[in-house]
Amino acid sequence: MRHVYMDANATTPLLPEVVEAMHPYWIEFFGNASSIHLPGQHARRGVERAREAVAELFGCREAEVVFNSGGTEGDNTALFGLLKPGDHLITTAIEHSAILQSAARLAERGVEVTYLAPEASGLIAPEAVREALQPNTKLISVMLANNETGVLQPVNEIGQIAAEAGAFFHIDAVQGAGKIRIDVQEIGCHLLSISAHKVYGPKGIGALYVKRGTPVESLIVGGSHERRRRAGTENVAGIVGLGKAAELALKSLEDGTMDRVAELRDRLEQEILQLPGTGLNGTATRAANTTNIWFDNLEGEALVIAMDLKGIAVSGGSACLSGRTEPSHVLLAMGVNEKRARTSLRFSLLKTVTAEDVDYVVSVVPQAVERLRAVSPVEAGTLG
Amino acid sequence: MQKETIAVAMSGGVDSSTVAALLAREELDVVGLTLQLWDQSRLAGKHGIPEAPKAGRCCSLDDVYDARRVAETLGIPYYVVNQEERFEKDVVRPFVDEYLAGRTPIPCSLCNNHLKFDQLLKTARSIGASKIATGHYAVNEYDPARGRWILKRPTDRAKDQTYFLFGLTQEQLAHTLFPLGHMHKPEVREAARERGLALAEKPDSQEICFIPGGDYKQFLTAYLEEQNETMPETAGELVTTTGEVIGRHEGITGFTVGQRKGLKISSPTPFYVLNIDPASHQVTVGGDADLATRELRAGKVNWISIPKLTGQMRVQIKIRHRHEPAWATLIPAENGEVRAEFDEPQRAVTPGQSAVFYDGDEVVGGGWIL
Repeated sequence: MRHVYMDANATTPLLPEVVEAMHPYWIEFFGNASSIHLPGQHARRGVERAREAVAELFGCREAEVVFNSGGTEGDNTALFGLLKPGDHLITTAIEHSAILQSAARLAERGVEVTYLAPEASGLIAPEAVREALQPNTKLISVMLANNETGVLQPVNEIGQIAAEAGAFFHIDAVQGAGKIRIDVQEIGCHLLSISAHKVYGPKGIGALYVKRGTPVESLIVGGSHERRRRAGTENVAGIVGLGKAAELALKSLEDGTMDRVAELRDRLEQEILQLPGTGLNGTATRAANTTNIWFDNLEGEALVIAMDLKGIAVSGGSACLSGRTEPSHVLLAMGVNEKRARTSLRFSLLKTVTAEDVDYVVSVVPQAVERLRAVSPVEAGTLG
Repeated sequence: MQKETIAVAMSGGVDSSTVAALLAREELDVVGLTLQLWDQSRLAGKHGIPEAPKAGRCCSLDDVYDARRVAETLGIPYYVVNQEERFEKDVVRPFVDEYLAGRTPIPCSLCNNHLKFDQLLKTARSIGASKIATGHYAVNEYDPARGRWILKRPTDRAKDQTYFLFGLTQEQLAHTLFPLGHMHKPEVREAARERGLALAEKPDSQEICFIPGGDYKQFLTAYLEEQNETMPETAGELVTTTGEVIGRHEGITGFTVGQRKGLKISSPTPFYVLNIDPASHQVTVGGDADLATRELRAGKVNWISIPKLTGQMRVQIKIRHRHEPAWATLIPAENGEVRAEFDEPQRAVTPGQSAVFYDGDEVVGGGWIL
């Protein structure tokens, strides 16, 4: 059976070059990057080379890159590290839980929070941000690309608004990084979070861009690592992996790889949308690899299972261990009704996707959809 | 030719795990499914409900871990299908309402009749499986002479679960396998051990899955509180069979026909609950001899071995899970109901429980005692 992984927004495999780059840092260059001796210097060199690569991806100075454990930590640091009781936060209803749950916790502690709703297209209107501004607005936090629809948010305009208002601006770029060019200078943001495992790097490592002079407090306190902005002995191999992944991400943006992904995504989308009773969620400009499609008259969960049994990995809502599938808060915020949100599937393509992968998926989907729709409820037993 | 796909309902217990193991051995594509029905942590710690669920019940997440491990060991695909919302609507809420109305419902039959088999078959078909298999101890065979699927008592009589399966339709039976029907429990454990399943020694589950600890009243109190509802006021009189008021009770909820404890009547001979009237809140009590009745009526009857009851029929009837089937004559009644006259008076015929009719090993049908 052919196996096609179309859940890149959940996580990605490491590219062979990334594994290769990390390899010497497990045994050969095992040193503590803070040590004075040669083994320590080897480790330090790995960390700093990676920092250069990430700075290149962000378009920032090396000193402005802080390594951490991933996107959730970056998001948490931005919010908890800046906001105090009485401050106002503007964020959106379509952020990742790492933002939404942090905001909810801060709201309990006296931070005012405004959640902006997206337009039906999935886009956050810059004007909505402007209208939400208050004298005490300290931080605006908006994602670069939405994880479920791929919709790209107008961060340049929002950066402009933040600058005019004198507010800090954080971007959750976990899903945007590697899919669209980032330039923190041009955007004018103060903070920006990424995660390595969404860009073909290892899990458990990420980076936060902190613009020089931004008074963000460290979440994790201890030694003086990362210029006192993130304590804890550096995950050297992970950092090296992130560095290589960042370098390759930049390359993919420049050599046409992501354009090819977009073409394949478009073909996949067009073929599936030819099925009756289907439609697209998120019609605004999107990241190259994501499409989110609703299928009427079937159980979305069953479609995920049926496709998995055919070797195709896609995702419905976010499921927990108990299998409970919550309708996507992103789709609900866009005004999609609950029933339709529950029958929506996200296809997110790897940058290594092939035309044959797309051919296979478009050959399986119609059959699976047809069968699911044919299943009428089995006659129930006597009601007690 | 493509192999037949069977969806196995895996609860994380020994029985259904062994079913998966037995079928995975054959020339079949086996897919494991767990219906997640109730969040055990939901009412944990409230009103005396145990904090941590015990192992061996079908709704605990530990059981999902166990089922997943079995699927990994067997190398079969496995999925959790969450049906908590439907379970609450179709099983928990009706259970609560019945209980508040003074009856003693059986949630397992409610679940089998109304949710489990229906949902499993639906999910199975959606993913291309032709049949489902479960770990129930029962035999299900097609009889070409009658043109019907016949449900029969299993080889291991001590594990007989046909009492809870009387509501299965012909359509459901036609697509359901009970591979343990001809096995004894010790053989099942042995089969699990042979296949290296870590849970071969796991204890059997006995309790109702959403009532950890088995205390109905605790559950009702905690559930109603969570729903912002209050326990209805159902205090009333305790009366004898002649209508004499001999005391008061604090509420009909929690009384069961045949119950002796908790009546708080001082008398040289024991008193038992004979009848509960949900309208007047009157609870009739009497001696042991008064408990016995010769007759019952059952409604919402489902027929299995016969298409319908057209005349009188001699059967044996089980009125409780642990009841020894008793000889009786079935008589058709109006509205799809049925009347049964027992040869010998039966103790504690309890409204809300089910009455299941047997012809030897065959399940003729069953209904809910009115």
